[in-house]
Amino acid sequence: MDVVNEILGNSSKESNKYKPVTVKKHLELEYDLGTLLAVDPNDFNIDLYSKNPNEYFLNLARDNTQLLLNKLWELPTERVEEAVMVKLPPPKTALPRMKPVPKPRPLTKWQKFAKEKGIQKKKKPKLSWDDQLKKWVPLYGFKKAKAEKEKNWVLEVPQNADPNEDQFNKKLVAKTENVSKNDLQRLRNIAKNKNIKVPRFGTSNPEVSSAKDLKAAITIAKASTASLGKFQDKLHKEVEAKGVSAITPGASRKRKMTPLEPENKLNMNIVESILNKKPRLDVDKAVAKQLQTNTFVENSQQKQGTSKGSQKIKNKTNKKPKGSKGHRAGKKGGGRKRR
Amino acid sequence: MSVLQRVVKPTTHKGKKVLLRKEPQIIEGTKRAIFFKGRKSSEKVRRVLRDIFDLKKPDAQMLSRNNDVTIFENATPVEAFCRKHDCGLFMMGSHSKKRPDNIVVGRMFNHSLLDMVELNIDNYEGLREFAVSKITIGIKPCLLFNGPHWEQSDEYRQLKSILIDFFHREQVDAVRLQGIEHTISFNALPDGKICLRSYKVLLKKSGVREPRVELEEIGPRINFTLRRTKLPSPDLMKEACKKPGELKVHKKKNISTDSLGTTHGRIHMGKQDIQKIQTRKMKGLKKTSEERIALKRKVLRESGDVSVKRRRSVSRGSSSSN
Repeated sequence: MDVVNEILGNSSKESNKYKPVTVKKHLELEYDLGTLLAVDPNDFNIDLYSKNPNEYFLNLARDNTQLLLNKLWELPTERVEEAVMVKLPPPKTALPRMKPVPKPRPLTKWQKFAKEKGIQKKKKPKLSWDDQLKKWVPLYGFKKAKAEKEKNWVLEVPQNADPNEDQFNKKLVAKTENVSKNDLQRLRNIAKNKNIKVPRFGTSNPEVSSAKDLKAAITIAKASTASLGKFQDKLHKEVEAKGVSAITPGASRKRKMTPLEPENKLNMNIVESILNKKPRLDVDKAVAKQLQTNTFVENSQQKQGTSKGSQKIKNKTNKKPKGSKGHRAGKKGGGRKRR
Repeated sequence: MSVLQRVVKPTTHKGKKVLLRKEPQIIEGTKRAIFFKGRKSSEKVRRVLRDIFDLKKPDAQMLSRNNDVTIFENATPVEAFCRKHDCGLFMMGSHSKKRPDNIVVGRMFNHSLLDMVELNIDNYEGLREFAVSKITIGIKPCLLFNGPHWEQSDEYRQLKSILIDFFHREQVDAVRLQGIEHTISFNALPDGKICLRSYKVLLKKSGVREPRVELEEIGPRINFTLRRTKLPSPDLMKEACKKPGELKVHKKKNISTDSLGTTHGRIHMGKQDIQKIQTRKMKGLKKTSEERIALKRKVLRESGDVSVKRRRSVSRGSSSSN
């Protein structure tokens, strides 16, 4: 029995040596272990607080930290390189993001088409063997450009081509055209994704433009005569391009139906606009007129200076002469009657 | 604006990477904070800014100049600062006759102001006045909110949210137990005081599995009172708290694992038509041509498609005539 008492005594001594890890609280704390957060809804002990606020806060914080850590120690642990790690649950407190959730990148026109048709991107090798140069040439980059230069030191003039045409320059132009076309398509994709309307322009270089562009070019060119293409013959298997009315001469003159207003009202508007016509002030015309009068007055003054009293100006206001107001000068001398 | 959706493309690869880094991410890291002074500032305000900056390091940036900013009237300059430094949090210190020793804490969403709270510094003792060894930089602290007031008004709730956002650092999956070193406690007293205390955690032996926690104050010790607040509209807050769909866990249906660790899957099969099963082929069971035609007719009649039959007969007749 002595032994048992001894052991019990030892254990009680052992336990007395350490301070307890348990804390009593009136209300349970709210924990969010994912953010290492504890909220203590208990009221403050005003007596203890007023005695020594800082010590009270210290003890309160100690108790609450003890409770929080007790909860943490209950969680499953794992050993990672001699350190005991505890797996935290996902945080409960919802904190706002700094930036909105990213939207999926909108597809380009080509990507959309490829997806519809199930076209998959083929991976091209970065290097390929060039039989002519007997070396590995990269797909793109500066070594590619150098290899191209070495390879294309001479260019064949194709049959039916103008022998004086610079084939190197032609190739360069085609390349730059292609680059700018790609950039244009990139901008078009951006505009489409942002719902910006881009005005249609004519056609690009025929070397790089698509069949659709060429079709549009034909339609526009045919309408670009003095009679708006009325007397142009149809080409063999010609199809008129669609959606080019805005840039085709004469095509946009088609009267558009306006269902918002009834027809009689529209017609009345036209009649009223004619009957209640007000003189419009054309600034350019007025300025030109003023300038003209100024020069006229100057000229007349000069004339007056040179030939004294030879002729008097009757009409000083410089108004357009009207009939039956002035005196007829009458015929000066005879002559043939002009009809 | 997405990098690929820019009209002007970034010229260099490095520039592109910088722009990509500033774009919205699915998983955001720690929110960085900028600290700056208003038109005028007192010594107390400057020291408070410096101390909280030290607590927030390394996810913090201190701006050195005075700024002519009246944030509650016009928050645009602050939004510009946050955009420039790519920060989601800010703390501004100012001092005026009307509002002496003033601190404004707030946060941004999508480069515009989400919410902010103005605090008055009543009492302050700095980090340096506590002559004890400090904590490791950049450590995740334990946050304590004491007092029933934190849940009782919208302003306090928002302030609590801002303070958690400001100090919680990063969302992590796991922590090292011995690495818990720091506790920040916020006490909301009934008389409107908000007391910030910061302690170092000492883990002592306890004879049981859990350690005995002892705390040592390391400063700063600041008492605040609440002044003006700007709370976010519920819609904006909801928008800001949105979780990306990619992070949501989708439940896998019909897959289970038993106690031995074997995965079982349940597959749903459609109803099988026994009449149409192809059984073993035998010459004796073969249909004669008449039988086959009769079957075809029966099928057609059942489907009610008389027109098909008629059309077929017509076409057959025409072909025969030719």
